[in-house]
Amino acid sequence: MSNPALYLNPKLYEKDIEMDTNRGGFGRGLAEAARRNDRVVGLAADLTDSTKMSIFAEEFPDRFIQVGIAEQNLATVASGMAAMGKIPFIASYAAFSPGRNWEQIKTTVALNDQPVKIMGAHAGLYTGMDGATHQMLEDFAIMRVMPNMVVIAPADAIEAEKVALAMAEDSRPNYVRLTREPLATITTDKTPFKLERAYVYSPGKDLTIVATGAMTYFALQAAESLYKDGIDAEVIHMPVIKPMDTITLLHSAEKTGAVMTVEEHQIAGGLGGAVAEFLSEHHPTPLRRIGVRDRYGESGEPSELLEHHGLTPKNIQLQAHNFFHELGRQ
Amino acid sequence: MATKKTIPELEKIANEMRQDIVKMLEHAKSGHSAGPMGLSDVFAALYFDVLKHDPKKPDWDERDLLVLSAGHNAPVQYVAMAHSGYFPKKELMTLRKFGSRLQGHPERTKLPGLETTTGPLGEGLSQAAGMAYALTMDEDHHRWVYCVTGDGELNEGNIWEAAMFAGKYKLYNLTVIVDRNNIQIDGNTEEVMPLEDLRAKWEAFGWHVIEIDGNNIEAVIDAGAMSRAIDEKPVAILAHTVPGKGVDFMEFDFHWHGAQPDSKQAKVALKQLRSLNGKISGEHE
Repeated sequence: MSNPALYLNPKLYEKDIEMDTNRGGFGRGLAEAARRNDRVVGLAADLTDSTKMSIFAEEFPDRFIQVGIAEQNLATVASGMAAMGKIPFIASYAAFSPGRNWEQIKTTVALNDQPVKIMGAHAGLYTGMDGATHQMLEDFAIMRVMPNMVVIAPADAIEAEKVALAMAEDSRPNYVRLTREPLATITTDKTPFKLERAYVYSPGKDLTIVATGAMTYFALQAAESLYKDGIDAEVIHMPVIKPMDTITLLHSAEKTGAVMTVEEHQIAGGLGGAVAEFLSEHHPTPLRRIGVRDRYGESGEPSELLEHHGLTPKNIQLQAHNFFHELGRQ
Repeated sequence: MATKKTIPELEKIANEMRQDIVKMLEHAKSGHSAGPMGLSDVFAALYFDVLKHDPKKPDWDERDLLVLSAGHNAPVQYVAMAHSGYFPKKELMTLRKFGSRLQGHPERTKLPGLETTTGPLGEGLSQAAGMAYALTMDEDHHRWVYCVTGDGELNEGNIWEAAMFAGKYKLYNLTVIVDRNNIQIDGNTEEVMPLEDLRAKWEAFGWHVIEIDGNNIEAVIDAGAMSRAIDEKPVAILAHTVPGKGVDFMEFDFHWHGAQPDSKQAKVALKQLRSLNGKISGEHE
């Protein structure tokens, strides 16, 4: 059952739950951030519409800068603008930014400590038909290791809108991962969001499932099925992968004694990696990671790809079930 | 802002800067020699004439901005900063040492007066372009952005992305000074990866090009002034310099790009620089 204190969508477990893209939500949030603060500027690298920076660009043409297909320039021009007091949001696909311009981001944004806001759109397997070249599955890993950087993966459109506003107010460099396809709207306007906070979306006592981005919805569905199966799983939504809310994670791990992570990302270096690093050092806990297992994606329908890589509510449920029984908990 | 100095005075400062560079690098036992020595005249001109700045107020909101894109030339910027009063000259000897504000490559968060962080090549010009663009957005037409790049650095794609960007947006308030010394780590620039026709390349990207003798301080000052008079276009100053300028065994030798003098070599170098002192300031009178 969802945590009543967090005002999740009442239709959370219904088939006709609303769907929307988190890139759309982020685009609306960016426009609102720009209305609130005239230091907010936007830069795009020929992908203005599909990253939904277009919403901002149409309302604030004078604060929108087209840099062309040049992601290295995208990040470094933004760094220069930040040095002059602007709050630059930079939009491209995650495969290219931060995929191509990682070193520019490291040196001129993160080490240089400038508040550049990196929007990595079309990340993960949801990018579908475009194939492995465009399916960014390594972004958490490469961004998480950067000192000063904040790494965020909103679960739905409404949360993404709040993320955009929070990023505009945050003085640090930020990276946000966005998804092409519509995702279930699991939160509401009243659902709290703060950078550096994780939230127990569904409390339980037998097993902790930590999920981020698009996978939080699947984890909630899996937990609902597990409950009927006699396993009371707790679902933590971890929208901010770095810095991680280790207090919420630790409390849950102490309570359940078993942790599972779910992410639409390589199994190494991402959310599962971050959770493993923390728990093995501070509170060794049996752990199971679900993600893409050291492989690249390929062309296909997102649903086919997710199924192929085991990123479905059903597989999460199955893996959790097996994990729970392997631990001899019943 | 420092009072204007005469050309002979600036030449004397440039020579003293070279001596400090030799001492710093010898003491650090690490760092790049040829570029900083070759750029000393450019930096003496920048810090003592071209740039509007105040060493006592590094955050002054009317200052011009300088980005050293070729961050490995940091010693010449540190020396120019120390000589113009940003910090005591004795701090120069901390170059590249643990805990120093004078990092091997410039870091904004370490030393007030540095506008940004550079080192990995090709990233300074686009940052400078971002600064220039932001100034035009704010309709601040008085402040200027200068960027110093190497020539080997122009191998980097990021430079030409920035060149295209500045050309498109007609960043009239952006001036790049290319240190055309013809050397890079692996050898002569035209052997490693030919850059010519360099003037035509910049012009093709929408820039106004000025070519000067980069070891002639008066020429640097004139080009700096001229770049402010060019409307509608960013300006590229191709400054032909002698790498390792002032020390005979360093001049024109690409091996000195990334090397530093040992104590014996430093002694010879300093002797040459000191004895040439009168001659250099006489040359341009």
